[in-house]
Amino acid sequence: MTGSFWRYTLLIAGKDLRIEGKSREVLYTMGFSAALVVLVFSFALSNATDPAQGPITAAGVLWAATLFTGTVALARVLDRERENEAIRALLLSPAPRAAIYLGKLIAVSLLMIAVEVVLAVIVGGLFSTGVFAHPVWLALVLLLGTLGFASTGVVFSAALLRSRSRDALLGALLFPIVIPVLLAASRATACMFDPLSPDLEPVAFWVRFLAATDVIYISLGLWVFEPVVSGE
Amino acid sequence: MPTTPSSPARNSTRLLVACGVTCLLFLLACLAIAEAPLEKVMGMVQKIFYFHVPCAWLLMLSTLVCAGGSVAYLFRGSERGDRIALSAAELGVLFGMCVLVSGPLWAKAAWGVYWQWEARLTSSLLLWLMLVAYVLARRYGGAAARRLAASLALFAAIDIPLVYFSVRFFRSIHPQTTVVSTLVPGMRGAFWLSLLAFTVLWFVLMSVRLSVENAQARIVELEVLLDQAEENKS
Repeated sequence: MTGSFWRYTLLIAGKDLRIEGKSREVLYTMGFSAALVVLVFSFALSNATDPAQGPITAAGVLWAATLFTGTVALARVLDRERENEAIRALLLSPAPRAAIYLGKLIAVSLLMIAVEVVLAVIVGGLFSTGVFAHPVWLALVLLLGTLGFASTGVVFSAALLRSRSRDALLGALLFPIVIPVLLAASRATACMFDPLSPDLEPVAFWVRFLAATDVIYISLGLWVFEPVVSGE
Repeated sequence: MPTTPSSPARNSTRLLVACGVTCLLFLLACLAIAEAPLEKVMGMVQKIFYFHVPCAWLLMLSTLVCAGGSVAYLFRGSERGDRIALSAAELGVLFGMCVLVSGPLWAKAAWGVYWQWEARLTSSLLLWLMLVAYVLARRYGGAAARRLAASLALFAAIDIPLVYFSVRFFRSIHPQTTVVSTLVPGMRGAFWLSLLAFTVLWFVLMSVRLSVENAQARIVELEVLLDQAEENKS
């Protein structure tokens, strides 16, 4: 991967982020949807949870809301390329397919992380949980969990670009694959949120699991992205 | 270049022979299972093992074959690879259902609950869900359905080692992978015979499903030739 490869990667990520910076469409829609999902869960679980389960519930709700609404970010960032056949222009450009994949991955991940930080504050307030007790670990888990989700999401979202059923299918295809990421991220987050947790060894374990999963998923994504989009 | 189909009569004969061999193997397996000693704790319930484990093995085999066919399709444009992948995915869904039905029935008797969110059960369920997603993608994925499903199959293949090794790396109520090697002789024979019968069944079903896909591909080929011939005539 040469200097020009990373230049293309950053160009593509920068393009998506600049478009988003002007319209803020994904940030607002995803952010609002995610906040509503958190509210729905807190209403649905309000009588069922005892206080001791608060950290586990808070962590689960945070990540469930992130995953459900992350498909919004994936769909919109890739959907923009359908307008005026921009995807064809992108594929005809000198940018390597792998650089396109990484650029999209970076853009989607950054958008999702921005929303997750706000969500963490909301979750902390609704579930009375100290979400920022371990900020460095939390940042690491948010980053790795988001990368794990987005690394597969970009591939499938790109493949579904011209499909009529893309909105229905994206979640159906994506969620079985990202459940291990959800599991690890929510377990790590629950341990961090729990003030009674004796140490952070479980967090370290799940972070290592997430890192390994991300390496595998991103490697696979880099490998299959080109044949998947080559038919566009 | 149009492919020359083999004789339907020859295919029917082969299929009949294969079905006959499969039935015979299952008959022998059932007799062996009936003769196998009862497990001292679970008793008769333990004999679900002779169906459950082969189905789990075939779930993993189907996923592996699906992934292999998908690689051939994605990176070498192999249409045959794509047909093999689809056929294997459907069989994976079928045998996965058998695992997810037989397992909880056994679990209820052995553990007192139908389901536990432990590593082996969870990863097996995820693997089955990925194969279901593959079939859905093929049916409803639109123009890029085959490429989409093929990439999904590669992600599903990552789950295979997780399913197999999960009981070693995580605390689990599920029996370990070493159970088979510790079976007493009477049980061991029944198990391997049952595994052989199921595997032969898999190959027979795979062959039948593949022949349907090949026939459909042949029909499409002939339709294209017919259209070209009509265009040339006009």
